[in-house]
Amino acid sequence: MKAKIQVLQPGLYSSIQDIGRFGFRKYGIPQSGVMDSYAAKMSNLILNNSEDASVLEITQMGPKLQFSEATLITICGAFMNPKLNEKNIFNHSIIEVKSGDVLSFGKLEYGCRAYLAISGGFMVDKVLNSYSWYEGITAVFKLKKGDELFYKRENQSVGQKNSGIRVLTNYIKDNSITAFKGPEYHLLSNQQEQQLNLFSFRIDQKNNRMAIQMQEPLINELKPIITGPVIPGTVQLTPSGNIIVLMRDCQTTGGYPRILQVSEDGINALSQRLAGGNIKFDLQILK
Amino acid sequence: MSDQYPHFSSMGDKAILIEFEPNISENTLQTVLNCKKSIENILCKVIVEVINTYSSLLVIYMCTIGDVYSEVLSLKALIAEANIGKNINSKLYHIPVCYDEEYGLDLHLLATQNKLSFSEIIRLHTNPIYTVYFIGFLPGFLYLGGLDKMLMISRKSTPRIKVEKGAVGIGENQTGIYPKSSPGGWQIIGNSPLEFFDKNGQPPCQISVGDKVKFYTVSRLEYLNISTEISKNNFQLKSENYEG
Repeated sequence: MKAKIQVLQPGLYSSIQDIGRFGFRKYGIPQSGVMDSYAAKMSNLILNNSEDASVLEITQMGPKLQFSEATLITICGAFMNPKLNEKNIFNHSIIEVKSGDVLSFGKLEYGCRAYLAISGGFMVDKVLNSYSWYEGITAVFKLKKGDELFYKRENQSVGQKNSGIRVLTNYIKDNSITAFKGPEYHLLSNQQEQQLNLFSFRIDQKNNRMAIQMQEPLINELKPIITGPVIPGTVQLTPSGNIIVLMRDCQTTGGYPRILQVSEDGINALSQRLAGGNIKFDLQILK
Repeated sequence: MSDQYPHFSSMGDKAILIEFEPNISENTLQTVLNCKKSIENILCKVIVEVINTYSSLLVIYMCTIGDVYSEVLSLKALIAEANIGKNINSKLYHIPVCYDEEYGLDLHLLATQNKLSFSEIIRLHTNPIYTVYFIGFLPGFLYLGGLDKMLMISRKSTPRIKVEKGAVGIGENQTGIYPKSSPGGWQIIGNSPLEFFDKNGQPPCQISVGDKVKFYTVSRLEYLNISTEISKNNFQLKSENYEG
């Protein structure tokens, strides 16, 4: 039976995402998908959902949602003091929801993005083999007041699900971002190389699902390169010296030197950093 | 980096970048596409996708690469065996463009800077047969090579916040069409009424890598007529088989 969530308040920026849209870069279509793949995967795992089930990615300020039918939900990632009918609930646990229940969020305690998984996943349209919302590809790209999200009614109780899974949260607070040398790393001057390896950088206000910019620029005289491939985690150095880490919704090609490539874990950690937060690139050599 | 091409390097823990001589040329594209095909055929079980730009290939794997060295060795072997011959069937598409000043916001700038008249600009832009090198930046954005040197102009130092859908632009030695409105830094000389991306289409882009494109000029009235035909699904894009 089809059940629905009524969006009473949308939150700051909430969107449906899955593990990503793969195989369509050749048409210039971004990969998209959950910013923090670890937290999203854990939220699905706890509910025994398949790995590619869709989740709701909630940024900084949570939505207010009313459920029409019983189901089970789990929240992972950032901790935003979630409440069910004004009663505190916790991340990483399985929550039984009944018909008419209202899920809301309070103050953001740590992290930046929380993931709401629902038993069986959200029933939204699959476009080009993915549920991930992206402007121009899916009909909607962010949650609005009055929207409806469909799901399957679930009568199972908590006992039948994986409640004993340990979820790590240390990476959400860790400042160190694992990265590897990018294709144009060798073009950096000694001074640039030192700054990149030793300095801390602050996350700029300019940060979204496409890219995260650092506040402190590097002195830069590198010229643009012939347009080449970029992927989530590619760190670009612009002519004005801005360091830009491309994230899940990034374009598929770019012409700025690619100085670093952030690891998958590093992308997850960066997804949980707020503007003003400090990070440091931890350069590792690939074996 | 050594100057030997192709050059292999890992790009993070899930992708390997193969760089050929960095230039925009038909020969390089041919090599890149042949290698792409041979990698796709053999490694289809372990890779997500192989993407190409002018002179590089990015091989994206499904899982973290355990042993980069042995993966690079097998890619090298595949590339050595890749077909050298010309074996890509391409099509030539005829694309209508209205070069009226209403659409060609930077025609004046280009005319002044490159000392050309509007009609010379149109002639130089509609004359060549362009090659589609890859689709990138935005869904359906064709990167076209083959621009006449006299039309080369650098990008805007500050990009426009909004470039209109269909805008035909020039950026250095490349030309292309914005498939939807977006921020953009290319100099805009006209607009095409065609749709270059349809998420429901199979494939979503009718024109693909290796195909050819030739522009023809249409008046504002013809432009509007074509737009109407497209909205009624009546427009037939002109194309023919192309043998270079």
